[in-house]
Amino acid sequence: MIPTIIAISIVSFVIIQLPPGDYLTSLVSGMAAQGETVDRASLKALEERYGLGQPLYIQYWLWVKGIITKGDFGDSFEWNLPVNKLIWDRLGLTFLLSLSTLIFIWIVSFPIGIYSAIRKYSVGDYIATFIGFIGLAIPNFLMALVLMYIGFKYFGHSVGGLFSPEYIDAPWSLAKVGDLMNHLWIPMVVLGTAGTAGLIRIMRANLLDELYRPYVVTARAKGMAEWRLLLKYPVRVALNPFISTVGWVLPTLVSGATITAIVLSLPTTGPLLFKALLSQDMYLAGSFIMMLSILTVIGTLISDILLAWLDPRIRLK
Amino acid sequence: MTLNQTLISVRGLKTHFFTDEGVVKAVDGVDFDIPRGKTLCVVGESGSGKSVTARSIMQLIDRPGKIVAGEVLYYREEGKPIDIVQLGNTGKDIRSIRGNDISLIFQEPMTALSPIHTIGNQVTEAILLHQAITKEEATERAIQMLARVGIPKPKERMTSYPFELSGGMRQRVCIAMALVCEPVLLIADEPTTALDVTTQANILDLIFDLQQEMGMSVMFITHDLGVVAEIADEVVVMYLGQVVEQSDVDTIFHNPKHPYTQALLKSIPKLDLEERHRLEQIRGMVPHPFNRPSGCSFHTRCEQIMRGTCERITPQYLELEPGHSVRCLLYQDEAKEVNA
Repeated sequence: MIPTIIAISIVSFVIIQLPPGDYLTSLVSGMAAQGETVDRASLKALEERYGLGQPLYIQYWLWVKGIITKGDFGDSFEWNLPVNKLIWDRLGLTFLLSLSTLIFIWIVSFPIGIYSAIRKYSVGDYIATFIGFIGLAIPNFLMALVLMYIGFKYFGHSVGGLFSPEYIDAPWSLAKVGDLMNHLWIPMVVLGTAGTAGLIRIMRANLLDELYRPYVVTARAKGMAEWRLLLKYPVRVALNPFISTVGWVLPTLVSGATITAIVLSLPTTGPLLFKALLSQDMYLAGSFIMMLSILTVIGTLISDILLAWLDPRIRLK
Repeated sequence: MTLNQTLISVRGLKTHFFTDEGVVKAVDGVDFDIPRGKTLCVVGESGSGKSVTARSIMQLIDRPGKIVAGEVLYYREEGKPIDIVQLGNTGKDIRSIRGNDISLIFQEPMTALSPIHTIGNQVTEAILLHQAITKEEATERAIQMLARVGIPKPKERMTSYPFELSGGMRQRVCIAMALVCEPVLLIADEPTTALDVTTQANILDLIFDLQQEMGMSVMFITHDLGVVAEIADEVVVMYLGQVVEQSDVDTIFHNPKHPYTQALLKSIPKLDLEERHRLEQIRGMVPHPFNRPSGCSFHTRCEQIMRGTCERITPQYLELEPGHSVRCLLYQDEAKEVNA
């Protein structure tokens, strides 16, 4: 895991260095074009701090050293603020949103998936399948627009964002948390629908594989009640792929949310990363890419641990 | 056979599967009795409806299968017989019979146990479902039962998972699980087919030792006539979802009446055959279930076919002599005389 993270940091750094030029040059030329002179001394200080003009590996080393020793991810040139100040708030909200979406996906797809498998080809199964495929097919941003309209028209929510205007800069309080919950459901539903549809299909297919296994008949032959035995045996076994999806659902939630987040103007990482990439704000973008990748690695680790805990065949073999 | 010698009486049982391609009549009018405390062997080729019959007795038929007619009468020690077919397949009544009065073990010990639950969990569960005792007592009982079926270090094995055991050991666990509530009938659906020959013999011995101890009946499904000769009291021969002959084991081996039974017996490999003698076989294949022959369903493969008769007339299942019934037109006149 540690080597993976080191490799990730190198790759993120190289990626943001790939385009020609850097923010400093565009800053200088932009200011020069407007007839302003740049303070040579401060320019010099910046160059020294980040090792600009020096070989790549030295720049990389300076960056990583800052992160490890001082928790310093560098400065955002565009915002003129340390990256630190910018990302933690947004990462926190992103994480909250991803987590609640994941829980939403599970809560919805788990029972529907089981129902679809047990009542295969029933009316309910067809309805679930139909809604599921529609959920997969509708682009997220369209769904976001529709839900925003509904939220505004019928529930009187302020449009977009995770907070009502009066709370945006307010310190954290119970009322602010309540306001957050009020706003959270739209992005949660928007981001969750596609994942839910996918997981319903996965759960259905897995369970159908297990439902007719001999051990299910064994349990039935013992005289167990139908629902109890379904939950204890085939559903438990079918849960494995369900858990391992955490590994890939987490990163798609974090990164795939960009367009939705822009449409909904959510204060999450997506839009900020997008802007940072556009303006070559390299330390901001690099830090984001690295954090997101690390989240992915952590997600995979969590799903692996869960799997081992759940399935003795993985734990003991 | 008088009533109190009979444990289960199957009458006119029909279990059909309603598939998209058509109706498969897997079991099509089966009659037989399971004697109390004895061993009944059910023999027949693959697809003859042996397993479906067994599962019908426990109401374990999955959709699209359905019991469409007949009754399965269960004679308890006291009181009126119960028709298991009337109990439905999910209610409380049938569940109190399953695992408690009638148990089932399968052909595949590899897949008959849940891969992710411990042996102990699965065996104690069978006890707790039917008996109001504490978990500790159930665990104690489970350990005793595992010891009784010959599992070494039963206490340690309680926390093992099925994939940590060999095939023979898993089948022993299945037997322990099936017998832990001391049922009156054990249905064994080809329990030794997936095991190697030495293990087969051990498992057979184990089942019949336990039968002696507990006094239960055994319904043993197999296509191995050697096993039948060794263990059976009664034999039922099935072909295409129907019973073609039932009798005690001596009569089946020494005086078989139905041409199918005779052909089955002839196809047993013998050690004293001359060299280069080909193994006898029944000619043809089992007909496709959608293409059931008219008249007697065996006429397409029968050595003693009466042309013009067997294709047209469906033979009755008649008692030839007490305890020996045959479904064959060769004996139909004779049988009528006996009946008259």
